[in-house]
Amino acid sequence: MANDTLVRELALRMGDNTLILGQRVSAWCGHAPVLEEDIALANVALDFIGQTRLWLGLAADLGVEDDADALAFLRDARAFKNCLLVEQPNGDFAHTLMRQFLFDAWHLPMLAALKQSSDRRVAEIAEKSAKEAAYHLERSEDYVVRLGDGSDESHARMQAALDTLYPFAGELTTPDANDEAFAEAGLAPELSVIGDIYQATLTRVLNEATLSPTTTVVRKGGKQGLHSEDFGFILADMQWLQRAYPGATW
Amino acid sequence: MYAQEVKSTGQGVKSLEEMAPDERAFQEKVNAKIKIEPKDWMPEGYRKTLVRQISQHAHSEIVGQLPEGNWISRAPTLERKAILLAKVQDEAGHGLYLYCAAETLGVSRDQMTEQLLAGKAKYSSIFNYPTLTWADIGAIGWLVDGAAIMNQVPLQRCSYGPYSRAMIRICKEESFHQRQGYDIMMKLCAGTAEQKEMAQDALNRWWQPALMMFGPPDGDSVHSAQSMAWGIKQNSNDELRQKFVNETVPQAEYLGLTPPDPDVNWNEDKQGYDYGELDWNEFYEVLKGNGPCNKERLEARQKAWDDGEWFRDGLMAHARKREMRKQAAE
Repeated sequence: MANDTLVRELALRMGDNTLILGQRVSAWCGHAPVLEEDIALANVALDFIGQTRLWLGLAADLGVEDDADALAFLRDARAFKNCLLVEQPNGDFAHTLMRQFLFDAWHLPMLAALKQSSDRRVAEIAEKSAKEAAYHLERSEDYVVRLGDGSDESHARMQAALDTLYPFAGELTTPDANDEAFAEAGLAPELSVIGDIYQATLTRVLNEATLSPTTTVVRKGGKQGLHSEDFGFILADMQWLQRAYPGATW
Repeated sequence: MYAQEVKSTGQGVKSLEEMAPDERAFQEKVNAKIKIEPKDWMPEGYRKTLVRQISQHAHSEIVGQLPEGNWISRAPTLERKAILLAKVQDEAGHGLYLYCAAETLGVSRDQMTEQLLAGKAKYSSIFNYPTLTWADIGAIGWLVDGAAIMNQVPLQRCSYGPYSRAMIRICKEESFHQRQGYDIMMKLCAGTAEQKEMAQDALNRWWQPALMMFGPPDGDSVHSAQSMAWGIKQNSNDELRQKFVNETVPQAEYLGLTPPDPDVNWNEDKQGYDYGELDWNEFYEVLKGNGPCNKERLEARQKAWDDGEWFRDGLMAHARKREMRKQAAE
């Protein structure tokens, strides 16, 4: 595969992850358990939407689409390359926080490694995004610990969230043929390296939170565009205006 | 903005000669434009009026997240989504500054939240109207934030220091909000026929509710005089409303839109626009809780509060555990 084709694929995977998670998180605006969380979640969602514009902008430059918006608003489900984890429903606040932690713990080392990418454009986006990801992980890790080791109810809710979401964590660090090609071209790290860092973070944080994974099942498919049934509804909501008024500018 | 019907509890405006020494010293400070600070002596009525006004204002920011938040997931471009997220986040931030300002008067944020959820504290009537199309997001920024700025700019000079300082920060952000709203309207009006129709429809629906944001006509606003004497209020409702109409009508014309009021006409004598009678029955009905979305708005806030209880309790439980471990280790 030509280098630019690989870069585009990598950019789609990174950008679709941040787009879909940003879309999910933004739904909390005005509905969070405390006012400070309304503000913090909006911040996280904003970071993700900002990162999406960079990644999908790069993907569009290397493809036939006009811009990042064409990729976000006019692709159908099978063309989205995000991992299944990020599209999981918000659930209660425990699910939202656990999903965030399981993503951030992967996202930060991934971006840190992408700063060394052989492709300058990828390295530049990673450089900008890594600072935000570090803050996201600090925040989500802190909440997992405090709520896991909090009241009986908060512990039970965090454990239930982990039970539901842990099977989706494995996809982030399980390489497919594209991941191997990225690594070979020096575009991205070996996922096994990220996997080691990821597991170490999960073990440390979940121990401190008195939580433990209860399954070894890994559910994957997102990177190949094989999404969950929820995914179509995310697109129906997000893409509605662009689809209802084709060709209009906003 | 956002405090439309604040009943002040003063007993009518007294002259300096009628006042006890404390009150007289207070009033002289207000008259001399010296800010009143939390630890200063203040009449009980002044304190109560401010608590009501600031908490109404804070609640409006919080409830105000809902109609716009409703469109974040459907914003038509990534840039619009980011701008709208930033705007709704600002509203939450304004709520936070304002709750803090009210707390300096001896009322806690939890108490204010309880009053809101119990239906005892009000918030601006404007947020009880639904956002039906994307153009409503433009209209809210342009008209609702525009009216808010008109109301809030004078509040920067409010006699109460913490409120005045909160308003200075808030006003800076509100002007960005208004610009983004007008920008949405400009895009729509320069777009397809359907988009322009969407823009006109939004103006039709938001015009009257926006004019009502300034509160009832001066003749019916019985508590204004005391609030003005206390330096809490600087301009009358009708003055501000007229100023808003004067600014907004040319903006609508520039967009190629028409305000939904046949009585909007330039009046050479008053150097301003005339406008028709507003339906104040509707205003009072919405304030009473009978607007199109009152029930939904309060239910959403109640649900956020109830669903978040375990989260808040869990964090407290963790803090207690940590404290006990610390003590055990010492």
